[in-house]
Amino acid sequence: MYGEQPLFGLLNRIGGAPVADHRPWPRYRVTREGWLSLIEEMEGSAWSLLGLWGEPKEVFVALREDMSGDIAVVSLECPQGRFPSLSAVRPSANRLERAAHDLYGLTAERTTDPRPWLDHDAWGVRRPLSDRPGAPSPNPGPYTFLPVEGEGLHQIPVGPVHAGIIEPGHFRFTANGETVVRLEERLGYVHRGIEGLMRGKPVAEAARLAARISGDSTVAHSLAFARAVEAAVDLRVPPRAVWLRALMAELERVANHLGDIGAICNDAAFAFMLAEMSQLREAVLRAADLCFGHRLMMDRVVPGGVAADLPERGPALLLDLCAELRRRFPPLVTIYDGKASLQDRTVGTGIVSTGLVNRFGASGPVGRASGRGLDARRNPGYAPYDDLEFEVPVLTECDVNARVWIRIREVEQSIALIEQIARRMPGLPRGLDGTTPLPLVPLEAGQGGAGTREGLSLVESFRGDILTWVRVEADGTIGRCHPRDPSWFQWPLLEAAIEGNIVADFPLCNKSFNCSYAGHDL
Amino acid sequence: MTFLLASLYQVVQMLLVLALAPLLTGWVRLAKARLVGRRGPSPLQPYRDLRRLLCKEVVLARNASWLFRAVPYLMFTAIWLAAGLVPSFTTQLALAPTADLIALIALLGSARFFLALAGMDVGTSFGGIGSSREMMIAALAEPAMLMIVFSVSILVRTTSLAEIADFMMSGAVGLRISLALALIALVMVAIAENARIPIDNPATHLELTMVHEAMVLEYSGRHLALVEAASMLKLLLYMALIACIFAPWGMATAGGGLFAVLWGLVAFALKLAVGGALLALFETSIAKMRVFRVGEFLGGALLLSLLGAIFLYVSRGV
Repeated sequence: MYGEQPLFGLLNRIGGAPVADHRPWPRYRVTREGWLSLIEEMEGSAWSLLGLWGEPKEVFVALREDMSGDIAVVSLECPQGRFPSLSAVRPSANRLERAAHDLYGLTAERTTDPRPWLDHDAWGVRRPLSDRPGAPSPNPGPYTFLPVEGEGLHQIPVGPVHAGIIEPGHFRFTANGETVVRLEERLGYVHRGIEGLMRGKPVAEAARLAARISGDSTVAHSLAFARAVEAAVDLRVPPRAVWLRALMAELERVANHLGDIGAICNDAAFAFMLAEMSQLREAVLRAADLCFGHRLMMDRVVPGGVAADLPERGPALLLDLCAELRRRFPPLVTIYDGKASLQDRTVGTGIVSTGLVNRFGASGPVGRASGRGLDARRNPGYAPYDDLEFEVPVLTECDVNARVWIRIREVEQSIALIEQIARRMPGLPRGLDGTTPLPLVPLEAGQGGAGTREGLSLVESFRGDILTWVRVEADGTIGRCHPRDPSWFQWPLLEAAIEGNIVADFPLCNKSFNCSYAGHDL
Repeated sequence: MTFLLASLYQVVQMLLVLALAPLLTGWVRLAKARLVGRRGPSPLQPYRDLRRLLCKEVVLARNASWLFRAVPYLMFTAIWLAAGLVPSFTTQLALAPTADLIALIALLGSARFFLALAGMDVGTSFGGIGSSREMMIAALAEPAMLMIVFSVSILVRTTSLAEIADFMMSGAVGLRISLALALIALVMVAIAENARIPIDNPATHLELTMVHEAMVLEYSGRHLALVEAASMLKLLLYMALIACIFAPWGMATAGGGLFAVLWGLVAFALKLAVGGALLALFETSIAKMRVFRVGEFLGGALLLSLLGAIFLYVSRGV
């Protein structure tokens, strides 16, 4: 059934064996030779790497053919704990491979960079998720940063503790005067062991963990987890729940984009914009609180449906919110566009080339501002977005200004989406006794097959596409869950964006990316 | 008797600037907050901040030298003295004969010199960045400042601030394009010197964009209190300077009685309030510029002040 398309054609050709109960896209288990020919084939193709994750004795990679939207997971069993690295053909794989090494002890052969990534020798254990966790290394050495050579260069270490209240991350700048020659990131400071915590947890408990991966995209991460679980157990959620989820996701997108636009301007010391945008964001959060009982809508999307329904006055409330946003947002956009001193900072700053964005498969505003017009709501697409009208804005200016404009356009699109959803949502189902049950289907044991079942989902958060892969065990617990935040493929691009810019422009570039530390460090 | 009175006025002046400086900073912050729709802290907040810092213990880097510890005192003293030299409510100050514009610039320059040294003393990268940026700004701001002084002193034929104020109040000067140019240039220099937007952002938490704040990142406790108080004094000094040269009206002059002095105080407070509000308005309406644009900005100030001086030569045929 997957024979014709190039991606599936290749996987069949290299002897991939489809694995049963992997939904909605197939998983092929390949041999070592098959894996090597896959790497060879990837070199000449434009398939995006969607994710790479490990298990104690197996490594997984998710690929997408961008044009057709075909997605496939390929896995290689590696009993020796070694697998040929993908980092030479897909540089975005490198950090994921290093994370797999730190957590599972899987060694990537012939990798471009074998240094540890998440493991800072502070866990008291090595390879915590492998079959045989090791004792911590007795004398941990310092992390070796990449060497930089040249005359008149000096290093500026920044973080992990910053002057402002933000997440921790270390940035090592090598600068010549004010011009940045190289930036190297060091992340992993907020590693909480989410993947380890999810192991063996019942689905409901794991869903609560998924909601806490990154607080600002709690709806998107919950949605990705819920959709992956539902795919695994082949569960159809009620239509009303599908629409409510989209509503929450769009509210989250609007709130975050508004916050980001204001924060970017504030980093150019234009505090007026931050104050105004914060007010708008507050209006969205309050509406979310009134509709779903939580400002960030945490734990409202659960596997099987939603945990909170709209109150009776919900649609009217949301339409009022949209009207307010439509009234107050455009004048602020005019101010942003008309402020020469602000434009001077954002235009031409932090350029990421289209080629680089495609190479790293970066999604979200970072990708779309550099001409990579992919949106998981469209490609591969999921309900109810196929019933809704919206545009995916794409720009090719590649700078901070373009990333601001993508956010502005997306706010407008999301407002339109919220209006459409509020008007067209399937009605409140009523029971025979007049009660209104929640649009929530209970998960039953043994649903979708008796053994282990695997599911994959791709969901668009405000940062870009979240990939979540789960394996539900026969007893209904989570055997393995890998949530891949979009930040994984955006952080490396930030290093490229700042190159050749001045040190003082880094906060502006960083804010225009707004990558997640927590989502990345897990 | 005159000398006694002048000494009294000088003491009042020294205490007045010290007492008013935090209020001015608080007022600018309040005005900025109100302009962006926030309620903002009380204008008395800077006093509380200073008291809090004074009570806190000092945390010193292990490799901090005596210079690092001495600089806050040096800097504070230099700027306090400089602020005491600028006639605010009366021109009859005991130090007026010694207090000319050149001395003022020298005091400010030495305060800056010591702070830049202290920024580099501990050897952190931010201190170095801050010092190098500050020196870049200084290298452009000081010539512009001197040119402004020259324009004004060519016109008034003195560099003494008290005499300049007297001359300006006498009305003999009339409307002059050179003065307008000098005023614009002085405002630009004042913005740069006080680390205000668009040159620097006094409220930022982004280490990498800081200029003044980067140099003082390592300071804490009473040292930080002194550094902060010095920058508050500096803001007041520049406002008083602009008021003294370009809007000296209301200042008590020779032979003015108690009433004139009181009226001078009220006028000074009004000038500060208006100046603070204008600063807040300007800062709210503009984004910070790139570090390298600072050169163009201050180059503009230098050019304007130079033009002012040239116009004077041409028009008077000196």
